Amino acid sequence: MMLDVNWAIRWLTLCAEAMAENRVWLIELDRAIGDSDHGENMDRGFQAVLDKLAEAPPETPGAAFKLTAMTLMSKVGGAAGPLYGTAFLRASTFLGDAAEVDPAALAGALVAARDGIVARGKAESGDKTMVDAWTPAAEAAQAAAAVGTGNVLEVLVAAAEAAEAGAMATDPLVARKGRASYLGERSAGHRDPGAASSALILRAAVGAAA
Amino acid sequence: MKKLINDPRSVVDESVEGFGLAHADLVTVSADPKFITRKDAPVQGKVGLVSGGGSGHEPLHAGFVGQGMLDAAVPGAVFTSPTPDQILPATLAVNSGAGVVHIVKNYTGDVLNFETAAELAQAEGVEVRTVLVNDDVAVEDSLYTAGRRGVGGTVLVEKIAGASAERGDGLDAVAAIGDRVNSNVRTMGVALSACTVPHAGSPSFDLEDNEIEIGIGIHGEPGRHRIPMENADGITDRLLEPVLGDLGIESGDKVLLFVNGMGGTPLSELYIVYRRAAQVISDRGATVERSLVGNYITALEMQGCSISVLRLDDELTQLWDAPVHTAALRWGV
Repeated sequence: MMLDVNWAIRWLTLCAEAMAENRVWLIELDRAIGDSDHGENMDRGFQAVLDKLAEAPPETPGAAFKLTAMTLMSKVGGAAGPLYGTAFLRASTFLGDAAEVDPAALAGALVAARDGIVARGKAESGDKTMVDAWTPAAEAAQAAAAVGTGNVLEVLVAAAEAAEAGAMATDPLVARKGRASYLGERSAGHRDPGAASSALILRAAVGAAA
Repeated sequence: MKKLINDPRSVVDESVEGFGLAHADLVTVSADPKFITRKDAPVQGKVGLVSGGGSGHEPLHAGFVGQGMLDAAVPGAVFTSPTPDQILPATLAVNSGAGVVHIVKNYTGDVLNFETAAELAQAEGVEVRTVLVNDDVAVEDSLYTAGRRGVGGTVLVEKIAGASAERGDGLDAVAAIGDRVNSNVRTMGVALSACTVPHAGSPSFDLEDNEIEIGIGIHGEPGRHRIPMENADGITDRLLEPVLGDLGIESGDKVLLFVNGMGGTPLSELYIVYRRAAQVISDRGATVERSLVGNYITALEMQGCSISVLRLDDELTQLWDAPVHTAALRWGV
């Protein structure tokens, strides 16, 4: 099985649904250690992505991700806008104009997305940011792709599960980047909202392929 | 939540629209993408000054657009930085060929979005310099955080760099003046109560009736600690001591003292804070040469204040005194 543009559009649609459903939860996570805007911003951003997809349906996964990148950068704001925008842009660049994505390309795109987030946000693993979801996800995707069963779904599931575990693992951490870092020790005991939304996005990718 | 709003999602649009109508003699408002420019922008031969950030901090930044201060302000959603597709056209709109200075508060979202916009502007042939404001002494150990935040000092950077641009200084000189103000100003704030972001509907943080949060940023996010309520003089001392200490204020220094309200504290209380702060500075043998008291960089309806001290020299004083004509600051014209 290969992933095509229909999968990409289903993924982005499920992302929009996930953000709408979890808007209040993400606001609450952000209220605890940030400034309460993450759920609102992500919901606004992905609704705008849906509008753009309807306006000009993309023909390749890469094109769908580029459109997503541009829309998130212009509609989300905060730190999440440039970070997710960069992630989707790097994934788009990695995939080029290929019509289909095999396991190796999928893992490569996820690694490129993670590298983009790290480059833009200058955060490392353990800083209590979305990197803590994306790094294990990218590594799990690479490992799953390397096994060579040729199953993209296995790669997506591995990435989503690793992202969820990574997001949960941010709970006890003390934030060193972003607005939560100003809380110092008091940021411990709360999940990082960016890691939480990252896990939702990668889980939606599985749903779109299943 | 009781607020004078129509719909939480239209707060910024309608507020900016009203601002444009109220100050039509001073500014032009672009609705989509959202940004505000001074009426006569771009001013030929003058370096353009652009600042911006989340909404909810009014009058920052739109209230400081006009002669002698900002050429453009870019408002984001409430407490959310603006996006590159707003910052870029604002930058292009105020560029007369002399280049543009971005004044950016050190918050991750603001830094990332302005950085992206500056790259895009430079790709279009516009020279951009960035002045990063990070005056908040409440953030003690910047090794483990995103660094000190940009708070009250932003107003002083915008005024003084604005005067530098207005008198005809070049791009690098305006940016250097902005950096000089930033390196000579320190700020610390306190919250007595939280504020409510319209789309969130509940207070941004929880504070017991008898508690105050020392060292907050402009969204109420903390920096130092939470303590039981004290009287005005006690709180003033707690805010001012780290400010003066970090700045190394000594006998003979001349300063500007800025007591800023967070939006929900009456001016009478800000003057009580000012009174004590002026006494403490004077006891140190330093002179308060200039002052500013009022709500200039707020956090919606949060109760509380911040104290900023800027070490002055003759040039900074002169630039502070230079004429300014904006919605929120006006003198000398």
